[in-house]
Amino acid sequence: MTAAAILLDKVSVRYRIPRERIGSLKEYAIRRLKRRLYFDEFEALRDVSLEVPGGETVGVVGRNGAGKSTLLRLIARVMPPTAGRVVVWGRTAPLLELGLGFHGELTGRENIMLQGALLGFSRAEMRRRTPRIVEWAELEEFIDAPVRTYSTGMAARLAFSVATDVEPDILLVDEALAVGDERFQMKCHARMEDFRRSGKTVFLVSHALAAVRENCRRAIWIHEGRLVRDGDSASVTELYHGWSVGDPVALPQAL
Amino acid sequence: MSASEAVVRPGPVPLYDSAASRSRALEEARALWAYRGLVHELVVRDIKVRYKRSVLGIAWTMLAPLLNMVALTLVFSTILKQQIANYPAFFMTGAIFWAFFSQTTSTAASQTQDSNEIAKRIYIPRSVFVAAAIGVGLVNLALSIVPLLAILLVTHFPIYTTWAFLPVAISIEMFFAAGVGLWLFTFASRFSDVREMYTVIVQTWFFLTPIVYHPAIVPAKFRFALWFNPLYYLVQVFRKPIYDGVLPSPALVAVSAALSVVVFVSGWIYFANRAERFAFHSG
Repeated sequence: MTAAAILLDKVSVRYRIPRERIGSLKEYAIRRLKRRLYFDEFEALRDVSLEVPGGETVGVVGRNGAGKSTLLRLIARVMPPTAGRVVVWGRTAPLLELGLGFHGELTGRENIMLQGALLGFSRAEMRRRTPRIVEWAELEEFIDAPVRTYSTGMAARLAFSVATDVEPDILLVDEALAVGDERFQMKCHARMEDFRRSGKTVFLVSHALAAVRENCRRAIWIHEGRLVRDGDSASVTELYHGWSVGDPVALPQAL
Repeated sequence: MSASEAVVRPGPVPLYDSAASRSRALEEARALWAYRGLVHELVVRDIKVRYKRSVLGIAWTMLAPLLNMVALTLVFSTILKQQIANYPAFFMTGAIFWAFFSQTTSTAASQTQDSNEIAKRIYIPRSVFVAAAIGVGLVNLALSIVPLLAILLVTHFPIYTTWAFLPVAISIEMFFAAGVGLWLFTFASRFSDVREMYTVIVQTWFFLTPIVYHPAIVPAKFRFALWFNPLYYLVQVFRKPIYDGVLPSPALVAVSAALSVVVFVSGWIYFANRAERFAFHSG
């Protein structure tokens, strides 16, 4: 638990949103000629600095649109920061949102290969891992059936199993655990615990504060793009909860 | 960019540093190589899904140009009274050439939506989607050699040794199509109507290129227009070894290869520099 796994140094992200949604080239060309092209800038993250050592489990809380998903996108290197610097040591594996990259016509087994490839693994590697993935997901009987025949819970188990079996150094989880039955939730929890114990880093974005308290040692609260609280998960979630239900004192004065 | 003290840490070299200076074109190339397994997987997926969804499946890939060929042979040999020896052979070579170009570029233009959905959530070099489109095109091209050979055999057309030149001709066409695909993919990510516009463009382009007709039927005063059409050169490089039984002239090969390289390299650089911003309009 010495070296940083993730480091954000004064990171800001700005989205440029056309004031009127111009999705077509024709319209764009006409407006450009008329010089009537306006953009709104939207700052999804402002000046966020954060250091996460390896082996840390971090919960991210905040309202919808606060910038939580943008934070995960930065770490997953899906988008670059507008300003500041993002450094990531190690391999990240986002827990793919349900069905992302899954193809309904393909079987569970074929989808494992596809998911593995999306995460950058070779075919040989994925073939080796497949039995374990299937076993954890408890899908032995259905693995050669098309995924379109799966229930939501089955698809979620398969997705979680693939994402965690590939042994990333940093696991990014965005609201994915809300599905599935209790047994699945417990298994997820146990697996994240294994992760943490083996020195890996977990990021969990969730509105379920109980899940954050249960799975994470540390929590950060993001409000309107700023990191307003960073501390142990019990106290941060308590503060956030207090503010959510209308306790004005809870929101730090710094805002 | 000034790094704060805290940034300098012991430990392994970071896998990702947003501030590291780099050539995006090189980085994209390196990433594409690292994700070659994904390209393979996407090509396999495309073929499997096609196979599973329809009764005819793969056979359709071979039947479609045959049916087209029959229709167009009727139209062009009777109505236009063209004097082309063994029109079916002439047409089939052109049709295969065209199918590869139009399929791969149209796929590249229409894939942006799906690929953005994925690329918004996990990191993948987006060039894998263009590479996969090319891969699928190559598989289709290989499959359509079957009906071509069938036609040649049925019409007692000779199979020349110059067929051996085809890998070169296909490579030239492949890089050209990839270049056009990269440009289209980049535009289509920004503007949703590019896909529909390209459907119209590619249809017009088909009729402006001597695919189903001989360039000789173009009136002399308009023939110069062909010189500005890159596919005019490329289709000859492809057709001569099969249909005429001769190698394309070095000058023709040089012009075609140069066009391919220019379109591909410019497309790659443009694509690589825009790729990070595709999904979000950020920055």
